[in-house]
Amino acid sequence: MNINEVPQDKKNFKDGDKAPKKVMYVTTQDGSYTQTQSAGWEAENLALEQAWEEIETQLQEEKILVQENKVSPISYYMKKNRMDLPILASYVSMWQWRVKRHLKPTVFKSLSDSILKKYADAFNISIEVLKNVD
Amino acid sequence: MIIPFQHQSQAHCESGVTSNLFRHHGLPISEPLSFGIGSGIFFAHIPFIKVNGMPGTTYRVYPGKIFSNVCDRLGVKSRSEKFSTVEAAMKKLDQNIENGIPSGLQVGVFYLPFLPEVFRFHFNAHNLIVFGKEKNTYSISDPVLENSVTIEYEDLAKARFAKGYPEPKGRMYYLTHVPAMKDVNLPLAIQKGIKQTCFFMTSPPIKWFGVNSIDFLSKQIRNYPTKLDSRKSTLYLGNLIRMQEEIGTGGAGFRFLYAAFLQEASQITNNPYLKELSEEMTRIGDQWRNFAYQTARVCKSRGNDVMGFGEIADLLHSIYLSEKQFYNHLKKVYP
Repeated sequence: MNINEVPQDKKNFKDGDKAPKKVMYVTTQDGSYTQTQSAGWEAENLALEQAWEEIETQLQEEKILVQENKVSPISYYMKKNRMDLPILASYVSMWQWRVKRHLKPTVFKSLSDSILKKYADAFNISIEVLKNVD
Repeated sequence: MIIPFQHQSQAHCESGVTSNLFRHHGLPISEPLSFGIGSGIFFAHIPFIKVNGMPGTTYRVYPGKIFSNVCDRLGVKSRSEKFSTVEAAMKKLDQNIENGIPSGLQVGVFYLPFLPEVFRFHFNAHNLIVFGKEKNTYSISDPVLENSVTIEYEDLAKARFAKGYPEPKGRMYYLTHVPAMKDVNLPLAIQKGIKQTCFFMTSPPIKWFGVNSIDFLSKQIRNYPTKLDSRKSTLYLGNLIRMQEEIGTGGAGFRFLYAAFLQEASQITNNPYLKELSEEMTRIGDQWRNFAYQTARVCKSRGNDVMGFGEIADLLHSIYLSEKQFYNHLKKVYP
């Protein structure tokens, strides 16, 4: 890529305007390499924005599932914290199959406060908030 | 105590940290040079290993390898430590700072408050340098930022003990012995770096690694419309673009960074053919940029552009041919 072709497309979603300028390696007119800065590129912005839209969509779906009593709030907060099962299991120091059980509303209701505390800490919220999906 | 440390922004966190640490110790090795000597460039697509629910794709070697390679090849001695408790990890870091040793850390980005939220996912292979501490606040040189920043004890502790693959476990690394520039055999280090890169890119007999996996990915993408729903295929493609272009690759999934390395290597070893190969790699980088651009177009159509999948698969196949040819050329430099 030539230094004249470096895109400067800012991210105009979420706090993307705070994104640092990133260093790119580009060629100058005589073909030699140099560092330059780019504010962003539309292709990469689109991919990141779609990833966030997907998270929002999934959160809406999870919320409904929690309200319909099909999954426990843990499932919702896991998505909200951009975690998946292996990551969450690792944060609460439990086997994945155990965390998976806790995603069932019936099992969730029977959980002790000490287990709930583990999840609340992993999501950086209180137990009360964990029990209620906002 | 704040160690006088010169922050310099770089494209990639690991090669950037390596370059900045070396320069602090009087060994001026540019980022492209540390990336190339460290055999940083790679490609792998491993669909059965899911990272955040996406098929694993990488344009570089696994975390930590660039730093250790460069140290080995330049005769730099370093120490790398992992810790079982937060207290021990933070105590050792404090000791290093007291002793005037800037230290590299592997951290998760999810808990780094100085990054905008839009980038904060559970990515645990980020690197930064700590060069000072005052009360409860640490001074940080993060190569992907324009200026140095600060972070509180609690946040840094969280980032160092982030969970999920690859788990940092407080990993800290620092240099213990750095030779003088005149005692370093740069041409030999360059040769070792290039030879290992050729080996990694062309020799793996399985389809998930090296240049062959570019063709493998091309075939996978061709099948996305029949195998995946439009939501998933859009996400998978978007993830590819992010791996290739989002912070820290210098553009085109490290291909431009590698081309910059070849150009510098050409001057150091006085080998004009490496300059030609640098130009060849630049053209390959441009192909990758075009691939990302066209892939974004398919993402935008949300999977409705079924023809588009075939077109980007074709682009990827031609990148596979170009890279295959490139490494055949590169191999001949050091037979």
